[in-house]
Amino acid sequence: MDALIHARGLVKRFDDFTAVDGIDIDVRRGEAFGFLGPNGAGKSSTMRMIGCVSPPTGGVLRILGLDPRRDGPAIRAKLGVCPQLDNLDIELTVRENLTTYARFFGIARRVARQRAAELLEFVQLTERADSKVEPLSGGMKRRLTIARALVNEPEMVLLDEPTTGLDPQARHLVWERLFRLKQQGVTLVLTTHYMDEAEQLCDRLVVMDGGKIVAAGSPRALIERYSTREVVELRFATGSQQAYAEKLAGLGERLEVLPDRILLYVADGDEAVAEVQRRSLDPAGVLVRRSSLEDVFLHLTGRTLVD
Amino acid sequence: MVAASYVLEYHLVNYRRTWRSSALSTLAGPLLTLLGFGVGVGAFVSGGVDGVPYLDWIVPGLVASAATQAAFGEATWPVMSYFEWMKVYFAQAAAPLRVADILGGHLAFMLFRILVSAAAFLAVAVAFGVVHSWWAPLTLVVALIVGLAVAAPTVAYSAVIPSESYLAILMRFALLPMSLFSGVFFPVESLPVVLRWAAYALPLWHGVELSRDAMLGRAPGWLGLVHLGYLLVWCAGGCVLAHRLFRRRLVF
Amino acid sequence: MVTLVLPRLISFEGTGRRAASVTERNIACLRSTYWIVLLSGFLEPVLYLFSIGVGVGGLIGDLALGDGRLVGYAEFVAPAMLAASAMTGALSETTFNFFGKMKFMRLYEGILATPVRPIEIALGELAWAMARGVLYSAAFLAIMVAMDLTSPARALAMLPAAILIGFAFGALGMTISTLIRSWQEFDLIANGQFALFLFSGTFAPATAYPQWLRWVVEVTPLYRSVDLTRALSLGPVGWVQALDVLYLVVLFAVGLSIAGRRMTGMLCK
Repeated sequence: MDALIHARGLVKRFDDFTAVDGIDIDVRRGEAFGFLGPNGAGKSSTMRMIGCVSPPTGGVLRILGLDPRRDGPAIRAKLGVCPQLDNLDIELTVRENLTTYARFFGIARRVARQRAAELLEFVQLTERADSKVEPLSGGMKRRLTIARALVNEPEMVLLDEPTTGLDPQARHLVWERLFRLKQQGVTLVLTTHYMDEAEQLCDRLVVMDGGKIVAAGSPRALIERYSTREVVELRFATGSQQAYAEKLAGLGERLEVLPDRILLYVADGDEAVAEVQRRSLDPAGVLVRRSSLEDVFLHLTGRTLVD
Repeated sequence: MVAASYVLEYHLVNYRRTWRSSALSTLAGPLLTLLGFGVGVGAFVSGGVDGVPYLDWIVPGLVASAATQAAFGEATWPVMSYFEWMKVYFAQAAAPLRVADILGGHLAFMLFRILVSAAAFLAVAVAFGVVHSWWAPLTLVVALIVGLAVAAPTVAYSAVIPSESYLAILMRFALLPMSLFSGVFFPVESLPVVLRWAAYALPLWHGVELSRDAMLGRAPGWLGLVHLGYLLVWCAGGCVLAHRLFRRRLVF
Repeated sequence: MVTLVLPRLISFEGTGRRAASVTERNIACLRSTYWIVLLSGFLEPVLYLFSIGVGVGGLIGDLALGDGRLVGYAEFVAPAMLAASAMTGALSETTFNFFGKMKFMRLYEGILATPVRPIEIALGELAWAMARGVLYSAAFLAIMVAMDLTSPARALAMLPAAILIGFAFGALGMTISTLIRSWQEFDLIANGQFALFLFSGTFAPATAYPQWLRWVVEVTPLYRSVDLTRALSLGPVGWVQALDVLYLVVLFAVGLSIAGRRMTGMLCK
């Protein structure tokens, strides 16, 4: 029974809106666990409940074996939280952001200074230690927020969309640091709507939609279960997609017509391409690729824009 | 000139959305001040000042003071915000407007706000029955001039300061002392010499004197021209400075 | 038994330390310009004392107290300015600044992810506001003594009174901040504060007001504060002042508990 997070039938309701609608979760020590889902799926509400700043409306929730309703301060002492929007202290310098935050955990000043220096090194911000927060780039701010979440040497780190809004370099740097944390045995719980992020970082994940869990498992298992092994993307002249789609009938497990291309979900891509040529259809472009979490996600939560 | 009126229009449209929340302060401020100082404290000033009752004496000064308060309010936080947070000036500079249009349009709006504040005060004063002279409406012209004399240099200041702390500093070290020691509540003649000259140097005292002459229907004489000229120097100097600093921030 | 059960039930353990860490964060923010702003806050009551107390006082001369004694107008106004500055100091930190940190800077969201609880944030911020207020009050009292507006012994007695006034208004300010929705509503607060400042027996004895207004004024917190400081400054002190103290203590306790509860409601949705 080493579940750091244990939830059964967890519910969060705001007036007449149900944000989280009865979910079951178990997060084990040392794993990286992901919440995937479109905006408004209930990911952030779940994260806030886990962070003990939002009392559950119903169900069972135990964090680190404790009850968040009663033991909030004791639980939060062992958590690190990196919120979706950076809420760094803009009146303080980079270093002071870490040292004053450490004081909220009752960490001695001397220890706080030392840990701040180590963490700044870890997130590569040592040169900016005495700069104010405002002029920092988005990636730097995010790294500082992550460093701040580590100041109490937490058992578990909660990351709400850790790389949203960052440029590719910054994203890869954040991923690399999070991977190192995982190697050090820190439990990571993160939300994301980036599929590559989930595939890179998560051992297990749940897909949420409309406050419910619609699928759960490892990224690989989810792909195998909800998608085919490969996907063939075919491009035809604009306007003729629908006509071609009819001619492709019966090919693969599933077929999807998009405005600019047709997707064939198949076990063997090359064989499907051969069949397309056999039916003497002549696509302007052909791409065979492995199925990704993105295919699973879109299959489960639909292509319609949510917000 | 035409382009500046487009800028003024922008500010007026904005004001249409927010005037309700400021309307209360615009009326409550004068009312409270008149009751508290004019009536409350005035009851104990048995002899009056300059041969008129204390309430009559204090009201014209309060009108001028209200104008400078309004000028200060409009020339500080909004200007800073339009540069730093809302970036409105930069958006305007991306349109075919000159720096002078952006600044002029905003100053014109400030004059409008100053006029509203001063007029509200005058209206309250009329209700209190302390307005006796037909020259009294001239206090509004005085309010506009002393308002601009404060607003223009303050706009320049707001355009260059690095943080909003400096606005609080200006308020406490400049506006508040000026409001309290410029002959609004008691004659400057009773101040020590150094402070008296400080009062002479700042714009408000000149506005108070002109406003008092207008409200009490006294002839200002040649000294009135000195007051007026001095205030216009503040207005012109402030505008030139503000234009230079606006240009430095907007055109680079 | 009590020592075993009580901490589990209300758990005050660590509250002091955690509240202190919030105060510490404010101290870490002190920079050159903020220092000047901080010090300038003390200037306000002094300027009013000189302008109205001394300047307008020159037009008024002496004032008769309720018991017939004559005092200079500046002597009459000074203790009221002390109370008013304790109020202003406490309110500026707990309304405008507090609201900014809560809504605009999202500062407290970050802090709440740590073991610090909402009530501890409130206590820490209040302690900070008080540290500021004590500084102002002490400086103002020094000026009063230097101008011979009160005696050193009476000034010493007024300092704790000023601190109590600060605590009461600080708790009130926090409660107001949790009720406010937008910056515009601060205009309302500013007007209310200005009305209190003018009509709490500060510049004229309440006996000079019309009867109905007098009774409204008598129950406002600043009037009770002015009554307390003026009695300590000019004498005599009696049962009414004990009531003033009680009034302020109750205001503090009620204000703080409402503020703590509402902060929990707002931040821990």
